[in-house]
Amino acid sequence: MSADVLTGLTVFVLALLVGVEVIGRVPATLHTPLMSGANAIHGIVLAGALTVTATATTPWGEVIGFVATAFAAMNVVGGYLVTDRMLAMFRSHRAPGRDVPADRAAP
Amino acid sequence: MTATDTAVHLVQLAGAACFVIGLHRMRSPATARDGNLLSAGAMAVVLLATGVALVVDNRVPVTSWVVGLAGIATGGLVGAYAARTVAMTAMPQLVSVFNAMGGGAAALVAVQDLSSGGSAGGFPAATGGLGVLIGGVTFTGSLVGAGKLQGWVPGRPLVFRGARPVSALLVLGGIAGTGWLVASPGSAVALAGVAVAGLGFGVLLVLPIGGADMPVVISLLNAFTGTAVAMAGFVLGDTALIIAGALVGSSGAILTRLMAAATNRSVPAIVAGGFGTGDAPSGTAGAPGAGQVRRTDVDDAALQLGYAQKVVIVPGYGLAAAQAQHELSELATLLGERGVDVRFAIHPVAGRMPGHMNVLLAEADVPYPQLEDLDEANPRFPATDVALVVGANDVTNPAARRPGNAVSGMPILDVDRARAVIVVKRSLGHGYAGIDNELYTAPNTQMLFGDAKETLSALLAALKALVS
Repeated sequence: MSADVLTGLTVFVLALLVGVEVIGRVPATLHTPLMSGANAIHGIVLAGALTVTATATTPWGEVIGFVATAFAAMNVVGGYLVTDRMLAMFRSHRAPGRDVPADRAAP
Repeated sequence: MTATDTAVHLVQLAGAACFVIGLHRMRSPATARDGNLLSAGAMAVVLLATGVALVVDNRVPVTSWVVGLAGIATGGLVGAYAARTVAMTAMPQLVSVFNAMGGGAAALVAVQDLSSGGSAGGFPAATGGLGVLIGGVTFTGSLVGAGKLQGWVPGRPLVFRGARPVSALLVLGGIAGTGWLVASPGSAVALAGVAVAGLGFGVLLVLPIGGADMPVVISLLNAFTGTAVAMAGFVLGDTALIIAGALVGSSGAILTRLMAAATNRSVPAIVAGGFGTGDAPSGTAGAPGAGQVRRTDVDDAALQLGYAQKVVIVPGYGLAAAQAQHELSELATLLGERGVDVRFAIHPVAGRMPGHMNVLLAEADVPYPQLEDLDEANPRFPATDVALVVGANDVTNPAARRPGNAVSGMPILDVDRARAVIVVKRSLGHGYAGIDNELYTAPNTQMLFGDAKETLSALLAALKALVS
């Protein structure tokens, strides 16, 4: 094993432990945004997709690069946006004037 | 190491720190949104830095430029559109699809790197093979899972003869193919074999799993994707991918364990085949002193709720299926305005993914301090005047406290310990576990039969008329 591989393994194990420590404290209320937010984080694979696209030399490589880039971009953009949309709904107090939405207000 | 390399590494380090801080801020709903924005901003900077470094250090051909930008534009637009328009009830499907995309991308990155002979040496080849295998599993597995949640694939466990030996063969084949890749990196046959094994196993893994176990499966596949991304990181020697993959892997693993514990089932048992396959003990739990079912009507229920001091509402998936979250939220507000202390007790598997019910109630404008989990809610029940159960079944069955039945040992909400219990339900039908719910025949329980949405609307009207 080269030094690079060993460093990578070290980082991997330590990051796993950090993940367990940090994520274990997230309350059940936020488990769905947590999952979709974590999902968005692995969209960083877009960096890898861009790397293989940039170094592609064959048409086949370009096709794989395109699909990988599109998948990863969907993952990262959609993931963060939908997480933000969900988290925006969590409020500690009922928003004023929203008690009864207008379309369902009693006549 | 070139200057740009150093710069990119430093940016990645900062980005990884921001991801961790962002996740850390998810410990409270008050700070979670900032945390997500921090994480998203860091992601943008890391990706930009990667792009800049690619351009500076390589002579990127024009086609690659076009392909990369077209990929980002296509994926980004589709992702943004889906994220903006998805209904909150469909969130589990969307998260599964995004997960599939991440897994697929990780697998493709590994495929591309292996087939272009980029990774010399045994370890990168091994991680590359595993990246293809695990990424393939999450890609098809998550898509099948999303199909089940959406109703495109039957939600019941789909089991056919020979599925298990085939699954085992695929796993062995995938591992053997990875070994072959280590022996001769760049072998197209081995690579194709690993990819097929992963894709096939993903389908066979999720098909036999029943609808009730979806929260576990989604979490498990999330953990897989994290691992696949980390493997892609090893292949490319990209530390940021390794860190991000590890973070996601641990989050998926933690949620998988929590969800499995909440249904009192082991992960291997769930993966081997879900509820309703006929191997679970069924039939009545043989309730001691199984009594009569008492019925109540809307007016009586409204009076009980209106004059209670403490009310705990127990929502289940039936509530979301009936789209009655808004009625329930209004009911809670009305009771709150009368000075009633209202809480929501939410079982971990109340929705179709971890925390799903909390999102649905947040969307219906229920303030999050009212949302309580098992540990917070259970000590509250003995001092609760009325527990209102809407669309929840197995997670309230007191039979779980006794051994010898399908729900034995499952953590439940101690609804039966409240002074009075009102259950809104269509019929006395069974939940996923397929057994009678002893709560329905308990002496302090009254059944309010009817559709959740209609019944809650009627309850609201009655409350306004009777006690306002």
